[in-house]
Amino acid sequence: MEFADLIKTPKLDGVFLHTNAANATVEGTLCITGHHLLLSARQENTQELWLLHKNIDCVEKKPSMGQNIVMGGIITLKCKDLRIISLEIKYAKDFFNVAASLEALSAIQNPELDYPFFYRPMYSILEDGFTMFRPELEFAQLISGMSMGGASSPNVANISICMPSTSAVGCSSSSTSSIPHPLQNGFALDAAAALVGSSVSACEWRISHVNKDFGVCATYGATLIVPKAISDEQIALSAAFRDGGRFPLLSYRHENGATLMRSAQPLSIQGIKRCRADEAILNLVLGRSKKGFIVDTWGKGKSNTETDLHYSQWKKVNRSIGNVSYPASILDSFAKLIEACNDTGCSTDKWLSRLENSGWLSLVLNSLNASCVVAQCLDQEGSPVLVHGAKGLDSTLIVTSLVQIILNPDCRTVRGLQALIEREWIQAGHPFASRHRYSCYTPHQMRNKNSGATFVLFLDCIYQLYMQFPCSFEFSTQLLILLFEHSYFSQYGTFLCDSERERHELQVHTRTTSLWSYLNRPDVLQTLLNPLYEPNASVIWPSVAPISLELWSELYLRWVIDQRNLATTMAQIQELVTREKELRSQAFKLRKQAMELSLEIGAHGNDVDNA
Amino acid sequence: MDFTRFMNKFNEIERQLSPTSALRLSFDNISPESEEPPDGKRLWGVPVPPFVSDKVVSWIAEEFNEAPVYYNGNCVLKKVENVRMIDRYNTKNPTVGTLYLTATHLIFVEPDSNKETWILHMHIASIEKLPLSTTGSPLLIRCKTFLSVTFVIPKDSECHDVYTSLIKLFQPVSINKLYCFNYQPAKDDYPKNAGWDFFKLEAEFKHMLVPNDNWTLCSMNEKYELCDTYPRQIYVPKEATTLMLISSSRFRSKGRLPALTYLHNNKASICRCSQPLSGFSARCLEDEQMLEAIRKTNPNTDYMFVVDTRPRINAMANRAAGKGYENEAFYENIKFHFLGIENIHVQRASLQKVLEACEQKSPTMSAFLNALESSGWLKHIRSILDTSSFIANAVDKGVSVVVHCSDGWDRTAQVCSLAQLMLNPYYRTIKGFQALIEKDWLAFGHKFSERCGHIQTDAREVSPIFTQFLDCTWQLMSQRSESFEFNERFLLILHDHVHSCQFGTFVGNCEKDRLDLKLAERTFSLWGYMANHLNEYINPLYKPNIDESIKANLAPQCIKFWRGMYSRFESGIHPREPLGDLLLDSKEHCNSLEDHVQHLTKRIASFKNYISKSAKKLQDATTTTTTKASKETTTNEINDNKYNYDKKLSELSAADDDHPLKASNMSFANLSLNAEQASTQTLTEEISSVALDWKSMRNVTTCSCSTPFDQFSKKTHCWRCGEIFCERCIDKNVALPGHDSGKPVPVCRGCHRQMQKQSP
Repeated sequence: MEFADLIKTPKLDGVFLHTNAANATVEGTLCITGHHLLLSARQENTQELWLLHKNIDCVEKKPSMGQNIVMGGIITLKCKDLRIISLEIKYAKDFFNVAASLEALSAIQNPELDYPFFYRPMYSILEDGFTMFRPELEFAQLISGMSMGGASSPNVANISICMPSTSAVGCSSSSTSSIPHPLQNGFALDAAAALVGSSVSACEWRISHVNKDFGVCATYGATLIVPKAISDEQIALSAAFRDGGRFPLLSYRHENGATLMRSAQPLSIQGIKRCRADEAILNLVLGRSKKGFIVDTWGKGKSNTETDLHYSQWKKVNRSIGNVSYPASILDSFAKLIEACNDTGCSTDKWLSRLENSGWLSLVLNSLNASCVVAQCLDQEGSPVLVHGAKGLDSTLIVTSLVQIILNPDCRTVRGLQALIEREWIQAGHPFASRHRYSCYTPHQMRNKNSGATFVLFLDCIYQLYMQFPCSFEFSTQLLILLFEHSYFSQYGTFLCDSERERHELQVHTRTTSLWSYLNRPDVLQTLLNPLYEPNASVIWPSVAPISLELWSELYLRWVIDQRNLATTMAQIQELVTREKELRSQAFKLRKQAMELSLEIGAHGNDVDNA
Repeated sequence: MDFTRFMNKFNEIERQLSPTSALRLSFDNISPESEEPPDGKRLWGVPVPPFVSDKVVSWIAEEFNEAPVYYNGNCVLKKVENVRMIDRYNTKNPTVGTLYLTATHLIFVEPDSNKETWILHMHIASIEKLPLSTTGSPLLIRCKTFLSVTFVIPKDSECHDVYTSLIKLFQPVSINKLYCFNYQPAKDDYPKNAGWDFFKLEAEFKHMLVPNDNWTLCSMNEKYELCDTYPRQIYVPKEATTLMLISSSRFRSKGRLPALTYLHNNKASICRCSQPLSGFSARCLEDEQMLEAIRKTNPNTDYMFVVDTRPRINAMANRAAGKGYENEAFYENIKFHFLGIENIHVQRASLQKVLEACEQKSPTMSAFLNALESSGWLKHIRSILDTSSFIANAVDKGVSVVVHCSDGWDRTAQVCSLAQLMLNPYYRTIKGFQALIEKDWLAFGHKFSERCGHIQTDAREVSPIFTQFLDCTWQLMSQRSESFEFNERFLLILHDHVHSCQFGTFVGNCEKDRLDLKLAERTFSLWGYMANHLNEYINPLYKPNIDESIKANLAPQCIKFWRGMYSRFESGIHPREPLGDLLLDSKEHCNSLEDHVQHLTKRIASFKNYISKSAKKLQDATTTTTTKASKETTTNEINDNKYNYDKKLSELSAADDDHPLKASNMSFANLSLNAEQASTQTLTEEISSVALDWKSMRNVTTCSCSTPFDQFSKKTHCWRCGEIFCERCIDKNVALPGHDSGKPVPVCRGCHRQMQKQSP
């Protein structure tokens, strides 16, 4: 298939563009290419509109009639970045052609035709984002430290050997070079804790290639970290017991040694009563600690859980992230929220009732709540936790990743967040392509049941943490918005496809560029940093009172309500912080100079006296 | 001592003595900071006025010969131990401590954590005895500051004692018993008259270039004859005749005739008044002429707006009572608008519901949002902002507006002041905002005594009108943070003291009341107090004069719930790293560093000067005595150095635009530095007097005095050592030798001692 076949009108003059932010109308020339819609007023100093077709969520046509014949019309493009724009076209033929082209182009399903496969960066890549966060690197300390004589020798040298990518960063931005490896801190401390004998779990880990052809679990990666004492056969058995083959897998190990595991729900097929291999994995993780927790995030009755009989040491806890049965329910909620946000003309009562009715903030609150419960089990009880819920692709990932942000200070850095998203979302098999094919503007009946907005929910939860701890995050909220956008449409391949397997088949890693390769360029990174960041080594326990939550207006209201105040505020904060630093160093220099001078005067005084 | 018995006896004594017993008065007069009278006749630590006979004193002392109890210098009327304090999020582990009841405060002390909760009696809104529980009798106290606590007192009789005495203390019957008449600030703070003369109505109007060709000062209200709730100086159109003024005043409810409150730079004005007594058909020709005269002051348009801030239905209902609104048919050239702000009763009920929403036990998100919606609070806030925006927009476009509601002292005060806040950047400064309150709330009259429940009054007269004004200001602030000189703390302090009656500023309902009460002589002014704490109220992100008028975004999504006000004392729910405090701290640190840099620059300049002088001297000396060779080396050396310094200095002056280097060069040159001054020791002292690094505010949980910090406790850096202290530990302000300005800055006690040692 050629793009040219789909593009019926590649260029059209005299198109009027209406945006919903300002009431400004721009007249310009519309160009449609294989991947972009471009509207330019062809004048100096005017902004051009560049829109990826993949950004278009929904195309609405409104023909204008005159004497019973169509006289052109308005095409409304509702985009996944939440913007709504309208194109006014004068002639009927153009109107239909443009509409048809846009509909066809935005509906292309073949991932190989996506823009990332065509995009070539104009800059040289300093470090490849696709290889930066491989599991064997991410869990390097865990594997190497254990294999080299167990926990008794926290071999620091190993860290640098195992992570050439981080140590080789050496870029000009001071902040990046000082970022520790996301897991380095946690594991170093863990080893130290093991030394004093306070560690509760002594489970050893190894790399397994059992899933190298994605036969055991279609949504897991090829390289997996598993308990050392578990054979590949046992893993296959456990996988058969779990929905989608998602057997319990290590997600995070806290500094006190408590491990966080995630999996899918156990299958409830007739006949399968128990799986000894599955029990063996959990028992190994349990180690010497007396009890563990199994947290079901999908809600009682909506997903299966382990039997008490066979997992007697595990306490089952229900912490549902909301009254949702399908991932699509999260999108439904998101759609209602955005609909309410876009209606700025309604009454206060109506707004509040629609906000409540969307249930979005409840989802955010419950997600945070569940994460805090899990974090508490790990941090305060020191018990291992297994998180699952239905297929383990949505709510489970929100919880396991939020737990790490709460507990692990490294996850609050730019690189740490990248690693976290890479580990807990991309490699963990969150189906980005399916979930983000349709977004909130596609009418409910036209979305398919695999649609979702789980990742947006996750970002919103980070935003809430950010609002409560505005100095503990290395990145600014701009990074979260950037991630939101790129997870829907991007020139980079990071969020392409549903799983490692699909990415492997399409050779995404070699044929496209990684978003991380772009983000970690010093000049880009600089714009995404939080001026107030001050590393905070402690756990951040958020408030989960309803009153503490804030609507993320910076994202949800950005096209309907002027967000300039926020930008000015941020700029002024930056200015203030910079000024403080400058003054400090200036005062320091002057002090030194004054001291030197006064010493000299002392010497001169003597000279004069002598003279 | 048995408190009930004491009170009974006391009342008995009171009856025996006289109806206006001086002893009774003195009992009320206990104030926390009051000093001991020199010739101390005292009864249980309470000073006894001289006209009470010794006989009476000794008799009472014999009757109740127990030693008085003190807490923190305050005489304690009642002390109860083993009291549990329950707050909402901590019902399982209540804190156990001691409750002290003093004449002015209720104090709860937790011995373990060193934490104290002080509740000013004047801040109490309601006291409720809850049903007896197994652990004791609970006493629920709600405050006007939105603090709500429950004390569980083990013995019911003791609980009853505390309850009855609080009931007597928290809301005096007479305005003369308010806290402000007893309040004494800490010794060397500031004089009593400070602040009372900060604002003069004439000066504020002069600011707007009034009087002028169109507006004049009306002298008819000198003795409050025209309207007793208005200020003495009112400004009216020059065209308005005496007859017009008198008739218009008679035709308006409570005599509140149309008077100027704000004149914009485009000649459009805001005038305020009360509703006309029009009933169904009454007219007043003079009132119609009066409005026409107001319109004519603005030659730019041929019409003006008359804004009735009430909903139409309320205004209609008022017609039946012989009041109402202007008839467009009678008043020429006016455009009449109803704008629909609900009355004080609706607002009071709404606030009640907001507080219930905040106090839900184990709330869910939906329950909270539902409760917030049904309270209607945000809707009311929005309608006030909406009306204010309407007025501001009209004035901005050059159309004059006359505003009224029913009596013109609640909604009118709100919207007039908010419209000015939007229109004029002056009112967005600290001084301007205070001036705005002085003008539109204090001078033009607002029933603070009733609305804030200062004294015992009809519960239906209480309403959060001023709170709403602050809330609307906060909404504007959160939409346009860089346009306001003050911060959230400023608004909260204002809110606290509007209710505390610690200062005379908000006592009484109008200018006349305040004169009659002689507040300026008898009480302290809040403005005087605030002037001493200005640095706490600064918005670190303020950019002066960024634009002339600001517009509020009225989309419902932009009207937010003010967590910092209504849930202020729920310490768990606020951001853990409060940005405002951190930024203000950075700002202060910058100020300190700037001052220090200034000082160092001057020092270096004077050193340089000295060196070049002494070099000359040396040169003179050397030419006469020493050989040529040595002279050469010395000069070379000096020259080398000089070159370096010059270079550095030029860099500095480039970095700092306005530093008075040239001027100081001159003065220092004349000073003829002596060796002592230049000594390293002095310099070291100067340098060590300014902290280069300030301790990070984060993760500081207690002061060095082991007082725990919570969300709302003010943390202050010592500018000398950079450590963090609580308010009590950092009460000294001194000038640091390392600062150029010589401005007194906060210094901790330890540093203060050291500094005194250094310079005896």
